[in-house]
Amino acid sequence: MHQTSKNLAEDARELIAFRIGEQEFCVDIMSVREIRGWTPATALPHSPGYVLGVINLRGAVLPIVDLSSRLGMKESDPSARHVIIVAQVYQKVVGLLVDAVSDILTVTDDNIQPTPEVSSELDRSFAKGVLAIEGRMICLIELESIFPEGESEAA
Amino acid sequence: MDMNEIKAIFFQECEEQLAELETGLLAINDGDDDPETVNAVFRAVHSIKGGAGAFALDDLVSFAHVFETTLDCVRSKQLEPTRDVVKVLLKSADVLADLTNAARDGGSVEKSRCEALVADLEALANGQVPVSDDAVADEPAPEAESKAEPADDDESDFKPVPVQFDDLQESDAEFEPVPFSFDEFGTDQAPAGNRFKIAFKPKPDLYLKGNETLLLLRELDQLGTLEVDCDWSELPALDALDPEGAYLTWNATLTTAEDEDAVRSVFEFAEWDCELEITADEDAAPTAGEAEPVEDGAPETDEGASPPEPAETAAADDAEDAAAAPVETLELPNVIELQQAANANKQDAAENTAAPKTQARASATGAGSTIRVELGRIDRLINLVGELVINQAMLAQSVTESATAGSSAVTMGLEDLQQLTREIQDSVMAIRAQPVKPIFQRMSRTVREAAEMVGKNVRLVTEGEGTEVDKTVIDKLSEPLTHMIRNAVDHGLETPEDRQAAGKPAEGIVKLSAKHRSGRIVLEIADDGAGIDRERVRQKAVDRGLISAEATLSDEEIDNLIFQPGFSTAEQLSDISGRGVGMDVVKRSIQALGGRVSITSTPGKGSVFTMSLPLTLAVLDGMVVSVADQTLVVPLTSIIETLKPENEHIHGFGASGQLISIRDSFKPLVDVGQILNFSNAPTDPLAGVALLVDSEDGGQSALLVDAIQGQRQVVIKSLEANYANVPGIAAATILGDGQVALIVDVEAVVSASRNGALKSEMSLAAVG
Repeated sequence: MHQTSKNLAEDARELIAFRIGEQEFCVDIMSVREIRGWTPATALPHSPGYVLGVINLRGAVLPIVDLSSRLGMKESDPSARHVIIVAQVYQKVVGLLVDAVSDILTVTDDNIQPTPEVSSELDRSFAKGVLAIEGRMICLIELESIFPEGESEAA
Repeated sequence: MDMNEIKAIFFQECEEQLAELETGLLAINDGDDDPETVNAVFRAVHSIKGGAGAFALDDLVSFAHVFETTLDCVRSKQLEPTRDVVKVLLKSADVLADLTNAARDGGSVEKSRCEALVADLEALANGQVPVSDDAVADEPAPEAESKAEPADDDESDFKPVPVQFDDLQESDAEFEPVPFSFDEFGTDQAPAGNRFKIAFKPKPDLYLKGNETLLLLRELDQLGTLEVDCDWSELPALDALDPEGAYLTWNATLTTAEDEDAVRSVFEFAEWDCELEITADEDAAPTAGEAEPVEDGAPETDEGASPPEPAETAAADDAEDAAAAPVETLELPNVIELQQAANANKQDAAENTAAPKTQARASATGAGSTIRVELGRIDRLINLVGELVINQAMLAQSVTESATAGSSAVTMGLEDLQQLTREIQDSVMAIRAQPVKPIFQRMSRTVREAAEMVGKNVRLVTEGEGTEVDKTVIDKLSEPLTHMIRNAVDHGLETPEDRQAAGKPAEGIVKLSAKHRSGRIVLEIADDGAGIDRERVRQKAVDRGLISAEATLSDEEIDNLIFQPGFSTAEQLSDISGRGVGMDVVKRSIQALGGRVSITSTPGKGSVFTMSLPLTLAVLDGMVVSVADQTLVVPLTSIIETLKPENEHIHGFGASGQLISIRDSFKPLVDVGQILNFSNAPTDPLAGVALLVDSEDGGQSALLVDAIQGQRQVVIKSLEANYANVPGIAAATILGDGQVALIVDVEAVVSASRNGALKSEMSLAAVG
């Protein structure tokens, strides 16, 4: 991947695409640390509904966020077929529960279209844009706005 | 290495020197009249001056110079280090520290403060000194130079004897042995009885093992009258000289009352590394004037010997280097000292507390056995060992579950592994353990400054400075300790007039002590002041609406009122305390460390604040319990006892509250599952287990859980690192099955049970 990316134009970047239900989303590959299977999480008391709990990632305590629920869609029912995308957001590492990872995309900024005007405010604040790839619509989401910096300091 | 790095090292050394300076001065203050203590103090100031000179830190140099001058008077015994003198010296040490900090971090020190002290110091050096005023102020520097080298100090009575090496290059055959007399050492016992001829030819190994010809000969000299010749006939030309070789032979004639065994015993540790011949001379007449070599160029001494130490020859230099080779410590930024003996010290610390002076000595001499390591490396090691412990537990669990459980070899291997992991973990923890001494040292300054500000006469007595505790704990101790010390000086102690009126010495004593007690470190801050004025405390609490006027409180309860938020008893708010930061903040910060604080007070005799803290923040012993299908860990330190509730002991209280009677005293029953929102339905007390825990105000509560799984040591994992603070949860850990378990914050759960709910501090919920 890295070898190919060297040959690409400077503004090209790679995205990881994944599925939640029928919809496809993607995030910048640079923020993804690893992808692993679902393991049961330890529930946290008084946590928001989309925080499924914490798991042990080689000794680190990793919070798991149900991305579907976080994006305002229906809550997932995690199973062994679900996938956790381990991503770094600012200084923290979080696990994002998604249905499946589908693709790695190489795009330039030209490919990214602005988010269309839709009614769901929640979706729009997270969506940085949409991509049309082989007839599919993939929504680029910004992890930084899902987990704003400093939220833990406020707690 | 650029200049900044060197400078950084200089400042780091300064810190050590300043600590040494303060320790020394405090020792002198306590009546230590050992010249070495004064020398150490002097050296510290001198080294700072020297280093500061190299970096052109003029303020520092000029102040250090005046300071040094005065210290030189003390050293040369022209100035008696009385309390008053030491007081000025201690203040100077503070200013020196400030100047050093100012030089490092920028900023400045009040000129007036410096100048006043400079005047004081000069007055001490000139005015109050009865003898030789002029000798003092003007010429400390040259003498200081020689004194600054520790190795020289104990040899100062030894006068170097010049040895001629002029002919070295031309010919090495014509050397004449030079008479070499040790008479100057000055022990002229009346020689009587035996006379020995000693031929002593060291081998290179002798020097490698740290022996020293000079010392051996000096010891011989103690036995009687000694005359020594050096035979250097074997000394090669300079270009052929092996710097680490040994070429010289010493021929000595000793007249002594001792017998041959006593003479031999001098060479006891050198015997194997030299050729030694001791013969009793039949002619026992003591001829003091005999200075000729005894065995001139004796054939059996051909192999070589050591050159005379005082002569600056290459051989001597290198031999000395090899022998005395001081272990240099690597200076790295952000380092901690690794004490090889840390583990042993830890156990000894409690017993040794009574003799801080001896400890300081021991640590000074033990400097060669320590290395400095970057903190990051140790933290990494500690993390890895934490993983190892978890992995070992996971392995053990899966073996138990698998079919191989019956195999004794596997079980035994696992047990060994478990023991080893435990030991590794303990050892690694011991690496990070540090004595509380540096913090205690800082406190003496806090006391001095606080005392000055409120015009009281206070002495800080410390005990148990060697007590070790994890660095993470040490780092967080400073703040609450400073506050409590200030509090003791400001509120605890009376003014000198009041003290005298009460028949106490004008000087108040604040005692700071540390010791290990049942796996925790216990710090005590005791003052010999008036104790807590309970009437006033009570009145204030009523005024502030903390308690109702009718409330009946025990003495203990009244004392503990001072930990309530928004409580300050000083009638006049002073500079140092009463800044709106009360004892409640101290209490909270100690609790955040998993510690407890309490106070006992005797009217007229003083108060004692006792803090107890865990030795480490990396692991804790916990009780693993089940609550509504969740596995939780309750810190063992907060559990007093566990019990199985019985029907007749459970009493309903109000709408939903329940009390449990334990030996006829009623404690609130706290349903952990409900507080933490793990279950909606109340837990049936009869089906569960109650854990009796200590709560904030000294009261007790019973935590109701479903079952106890066991007791084990767990590695503490931060939840904040990747997530956020969770109310009611102190941290997380990883259990043997690889699952994350949450560690209960007992205080938060108990107080939530009173207030109705945990404070919802979750901001994640607010996002979006």
